[in-house]
Amino acid sequence: MAEEYVIEMRHIRKEFPGIVANDDITLQLKKGEIHALLGENGAGKSTLMSVLFGLYQPEAGEIRKDGKVVEINDPNDATALGIGMVHQHFKLVDVFTVLDNIILGAETTGPLGWLKKKESREKVIELSQKYGLNVDVDAKVEDITVGMQQRVEILKMLYRDNEILIFDEPTAVLTPQEIDELMEIMRGFAREGKSILFISHKLNEIMAVSDRVTVLRKGKYIGTVNTKETNKQELSNMMVGRPVQLEITKDEAKPTDVVLEVGGLSVPSKIHKGDAVKDVSFDVRRGEIVCIAGIDGNGQSELIYGITGIRKSSKGIVKVHGEDITKSSVRHKMEVMSHIPEDRHKHGLVLPFSLEENMVLQTYKEERFQNHGFIKFDAVREYAEKLIEEYDVRSGQGAITTSASMSGGNQQKAIIARELDRDKDLIVAVQPTRGLDVGAIEHIHKQLINERDKGKAVLLVSLELDEVLGLSDRILVMYEGEIVGELDPKNTTADELGLYMSGAKRQERRA
Amino acid sequence: MVFLIQQTMLYAVPLMIVALAGVCAERSGIINLGLEGIMIFGAFMGVIFIRIMQAAGWTQDKGQQMVIIALLGAGLCGVVFSLLLAFSAINLKADQTIGGTALNMLAPAIVLFFIVLIAHQNSLKINGAAGSWFMITSKNFTGQPGGFESPIMNVFFNNVYLTTYLCVFFFIVVSIFLYKTKIGLRLRSCGENPQAAASLGINVYKMRYLGVMLSGFLAGMGGFQFSLTISNCTSSGQVAGYGFLALAVMIFGNWTPINIAVCSILFGLFKCIAAVYATLDLNGDGVYLLNDLGISPYAYRLMPYVITLIVLAFTSKSSRVPKAEGIPYDKGQR
Repeated sequence: MAEEYVIEMRHIRKEFPGIVANDDITLQLKKGEIHALLGENGAGKSTLMSVLFGLYQPEAGEIRKDGKVVEINDPNDATALGIGMVHQHFKLVDVFTVLDNIILGAETTGPLGWLKKKESREKVIELSQKYGLNVDVDAKVEDITVGMQQRVEILKMLYRDNEILIFDEPTAVLTPQEIDELMEIMRGFAREGKSILFISHKLNEIMAVSDRVTVLRKGKYIGTVNTKETNKQELSNMMVGRPVQLEITKDEAKPTDVVLEVGGLSVPSKIHKGDAVKDVSFDVRRGEIVCIAGIDGNGQSELIYGITGIRKSSKGIVKVHGEDITKSSVRHKMEVMSHIPEDRHKHGLVLPFSLEENMVLQTYKEERFQNHGFIKFDAVREYAEKLIEEYDVRSGQGAITTSASMSGGNQQKAIIARELDRDKDLIVAVQPTRGLDVGAIEHIHKQLINERDKGKAVLLVSLELDEVLGLSDRILVMYEGEIVGELDPKNTTADELGLYMSGAKRQERRA
Repeated sequence: MVFLIQQTMLYAVPLMIVALAGVCAERSGIINLGLEGIMIFGAFMGVIFIRIMQAAGWTQDKGQQMVIIALLGAGLCGVVFSLLLAFSAINLKADQTIGGTALNMLAPAIVLFFIVLIAHQNSLKINGAAGSWFMITSKNFTGQPGGFESPIMNVFFNNVYLTTYLCVFFFIVVSIFLYKTKIGLRLRSCGENPQAAASLGINVYKMRYLGVMLSGFLAGMGGFQFSLTISNCTSSGQVAGYGFLALAVMIFGNWTPINIAVCSILFGLFKCIAAVYATLDLNGDGVYLLNDLGISPYAYRLMPYVITLIVLAFTSKSSRVPKAEGIPYDKGQR
């Protein structure tokens, strides 16, 4: 029976210049179900949702609502059909209040377009209470947490009485607690008869919350399965197209001599007047991966800024191989360490530059790449092509591709290629797998372990508990700028780690 | 004192309305650096309208109708002129700073060309003095010239121009429009996050056109107000940097109408002191304090501009620029 489905996307094909983003994809959404759309980055999930939301027009195929063929030419049409979307990058106006953001585009007005904020306000408050979506309607969006911003996005859909809710990678920016809350909210919607499309590449979440899963790979439809009848391994194999190793396997660490010593380091905060990192001391030795764990915003970023020289530290010392580099120039610091930065767009790549230019950002000064100040472009090209080959960096036009046009995963691979090939004893990696898909994550994890086994010292910052527990040989938990615990991943659990991360537990550390 | 307040108002009102013109454009996401040019154009067209009406035989008793028509006419011509910026910035996605600068260079060129053509000299005047033609005095109300008994009535209804109040009226109406209506809310969202606006079905191009056209309307009126009151209804291809001062006021006022109103009064006061310091007698005791101080007159004339520099140096850091201003909006980009 066709009416079984509230939304049916049949044989959708969408092309972009040089690439088929969606090739004959069919997606059927039942009323009241949570339907996950699974695929790696670039598999065509977002494109498919943009087609449904009216941002793109498909070349072929049709969309049916309740069995009837519909035309969706722009977001207004989608809204009229009751389709709402929480975008991966929130579409909020920072300086507006929560209320203004929710009503924008669907305002209740009196004569002459006069805003009736009082009525809208009541409706928003009623909705937020009904669904347990706690928001401060009068706060400005820029002042509220990411979790609350997401609730604002959800309220935007509810305010428009949407029945079909699309969540595009909703958990990427949330803390574990917020993820649990979100899942509960989604289940509540489904119970009420709303239909949910949940886009993700995180298997745990999909297993936890969805009823059915549709898998896409490289723009193609792979299949739809019932969540109850499948498992993580099968899903990841469908997604990647080959058996993927989900568990991280590695040998026992054999740490030797100390490479990085951090002593009493304090780093000022960008947001407030005090220090974001307070008197932190630790060391990292050859052959071990030390992981800084913690909830985002507890000083991990600033700690790395202090070590790598992105920001000046206010106190303390940083030594590499016994040499005090606290006050050294960034160039000198980069001569003793590899740095895979947190923000690959801001600190990792010069986006408008080509891939080959980005590959020699630090090393262009070396003899092999320059001759009396003139860059030897053929040597650079050759080097870049070697790295692209070795580290499997995929891009449209190879070495001359503009970095900005590459996918996030391949940008990250390019940075990792550049940093690891510089072959320094200390590797500082901050959230190296953020926003990447399963296949790429597996690859990066293997590389980091490989470097460790070669006798490198690895300092890793991660927000993902799985990664922290699986990859590290030692865990340092940061809470409000201090290291509150040093844990052995073999003897701890995610729950215990969570207690340290939320500040509920702390140990006195030896100085 | 009455004189000082009136003079300050004279200088403050064009600043205020032109600064709001800047706000309308920038809140929609377009930097309007061409305010100066639009003012020059509006001033010229206003004077032309007055001359046409005078040539058609309208006399002094129709003075108020004439300024209303000229003010609105100048505003509409400002809209037309601003469309040049809108088209280049919105449809052609050109650099808005360059586009605005082009208007600033184009306006005096066109205006002077026509002034020379019409008047065979470097400035275009009307028949008679602006004061005697268009000023409202106590005579309009009581039939008696020479002012009212109440000083407050004297400040606001003796020797004033109707256009001043019209400008204040438009200032209030547009401010309310921006902050209290649906279209205003949508327009402001386009200057902050056009992608968000578009995802909610708002037509960013339309909103930006609206912002620029509103900007042109207000700046054109501001130009005429300037020429009518400050330069005695004369157009000479310049407005003494008022468009740029208005930009400074806009930044100082943090892109919000109330702050702008306050700032323009402050700036107006300094401009006014610069202009009339020699004859300024605050308490009516016959002592011209500022003149008697013996400071070089240039110091007073410099003051508004020096203050602008100082104020901007200190405030521009903490001010909140509309986030998406200056960035051409492209539908395809997400």
